Amino acid sequence: MISPISLAFRKANINNRPALLTYTVAGDNNKKKCLEILKEISNYVDICEIGFPHNTPIADGGQIQTSAYRAIKNGIKISDVFDIVKKYKKFNNSKPVILMGYYNMIYQYNESKFIKKCKKVGVNGLIVVDLPWPENKKFASKCKKNSISFIQLLSPTTSAERLKKIIKDSHDMIYYISMLSTTGGKLKVSPREILYNYKKIKKMNPKKKCVIGFGITEKNISKLKSSDGLVVGSQISKEISRSLSNRQNPVTNVSKLVKKLKNKIL
Amino acid sequence: MKLKKKIPLIDQHDKYGFWGGKFGGSFIPETLKKPIDDLTIEFQKLRKSKSFIKKRDFYFRNYIGAPTRFIKLNRLSKHLGGAQIWAKVVSDANGGAHKIYNATVHALICKTLGKKYIIGDTGAGYAGKMLSMAAKKFGLKCKIFMGAKDIKRQKPNCDAMKKNGAEIIPVTTGSQTLVDAVSECMRYWVSNCDTTHMCVGSTVGPNIFVKICGWSTSQISRELKGQLLSEFKKIPKKIKLINCVGGGSSAYGFWSEFIDFPKNQIELIGVEAGGPKNSKLHAAPLSRGARLGILHGAASYVCQNTEGQINETESISAGLDYPGVSPLHCFLKDTKRATYTFATDEDALRAYKLVTKFEKLNPSLEPSHAFAEAIKIAPKLGKDNIIIVNSCGDAKKDRDILKERLSKK
Repeated sequence: MISPISLAFRKANINNRPALLTYTVAGDNNKKKCLEILKEISNYVDICEIGFPHNTPIADGGQIQTSAYRAIKNGIKISDVFDIVKKYKKFNNSKPVILMGYYNMIYQYNESKFIKKCKKVGVNGLIVVDLPWPENKKFASKCKKNSISFIQLLSPTTSAERLKKIIKDSHDMIYYISMLSTTGGKLKVSPREILYNYKKIKKMNPKKKCVIGFGITEKNISKLKSSDGLVVGSQISKEISRSLSNRQNPVTNVSKLVKKLKNKIL
Repeated sequence: MKLKKKIPLIDQHDKYGFWGGKFGGSFIPETLKKPIDDLTIEFQKLRKSKSFIKKRDFYFRNYIGAPTRFIKLNRLSKHLGGAQIWAKVVSDANGGAHKIYNATVHALICKTLGKKYIIGDTGAGYAGKMLSMAAKKFGLKCKIFMGAKDIKRQKPNCDAMKKNGAEIIPVTTGSQTLVDAVSECMRYWVSNCDTTHMCVGSTVGPNIFVKICGWSTSQISRELKGQLLSEFKKIPKKIKLINCVGGGSSAYGFWSEFIDFPKNQIELIGVEAGGPKNSKLHAAPLSRGARLGILHGAASYVCQNTEGQINETESISAGLDYPGVSPLHCFLKDTKRATYTFATDEDALRAYKLVTKFEKLNPSLEPSHAFAEAIKIAPKLGKDNIIIVNSCGDAKKDRDILKERLSKK
């Protein structure tokens, strides 16, 4: 049976465009608004990445840190994150959900209990930022047994030999980090170079769907549209911050932004 | 979980980098996998290279000033009337604290790797000051990440860093202390690991950083072993080695040569920061029962809530004000080789007052925590007991805090 994530890529592919993935921090700026944002942007996105807010995120830049601190300050707990996913998945236009987080939260929750809970609320994929291959092998296979896709990360520093091994152990989707950066950094390499590395990965296994993330905004997204999928995160966090400081509704503003992003890759 | 004999503790980990099967490891983003693998391979090579060891020893002797003194605190011992109290005056080292060992080794590694930039985190400012000194000495460009709160409370060290030509990056996120400085430093490294070498300021962080730091600070116990032999002809029967523990780099360095000794001959006592007497906050994950968690790339006991969010910590001592602790100390705790306790801010201040009243010694607030424990237990022990405190830092940096806190009373 084809997984919902693969199906989302297939749909985008039929329309001759990359899949659009958004990353939002769960509970940003609060539980209710976050859910409203997810529902609104579902008109445009193919897959929703939802992040666990964490207070020592070593791979996140300023925008996502701000979102995470905001959510934590508003009292978001792990159970709230699952609750948001559960409610979102009941909504009829919902998209596949990939949860993203740091390993400590999963560890504290208990690995097996965490995966079971993910399955129960309808999570389709997991990204664990600080659990690299090969340390993640056991966890990844636990995910697979529960029909959850564990998404391996690849970066410009990943050696060719390592790439091969990671791709071999990957599930239906892989995530290529565009450059040496935390999330939301300015894109410091050319889209051409990113696509060159991307093609190298695709060549190793054309069947695996590979998305590109980090530093992608409405300004550069169209230049990368020949890929399988593109992830935008920090620009959304920034838009929520901007809306709040201007006393505007983040739901409508984020929705507008995501619509724009979608139009750029059609 | 068991300690092995005749193998340095830093090497007693499994293939994934875990001590005792669960402490340490390398929980890092994919981007850092390669720079960390490269560093691991390079360090393995360098440790075995005679010319590198020669270089290290040359700089330890001529630049850092090894050995640091080992002295008896006669007047303090007499006043307390019990065990003999001795001090290993590591603050004699160039720069005024043990952080210089790790900083010097990292600067040498950075040179070998052909990188021109070096970055580091700092709490009390000593790790930063020493890294800036070593960077200057070896012609490297240096950036130091420091919490905004610590910049305020450890001004003398910040002035020194600037004088050495380092750039201080103030970190304004979270609690604005060491924990945030380490996070920000790691983030910077993620973005610049192709040109920049990272020095982690203590025996914390991904496995390789624990090893490099422990390998560097173990100089302290190598010196002490020789000094004990020349002072007592043989290693005495009843020794207690007392050291403060924040990340745990000075304690590991102070103990490493003595771990194989029987516990009833050489007792290892770590003293964590208990925070203000009436505060719920502290920085004592080992002695106050914190749960195992992952912080800054390693599994260790961490002050955290049930959700895995890292707790704020509080201590008068910026150098101990850290929610995690070295996996080496977690391993020593769970194998019961070392015991850990804590001293409050007030205990440390009282100890500082007493030590400076009787001795020509000016321990910073970090080792003052260790002295607090020594002062507590010495009167209960016989004269044949030898307590040795690692006076690992000098109080010059604490000038402002001491003035404020001691003039009130």
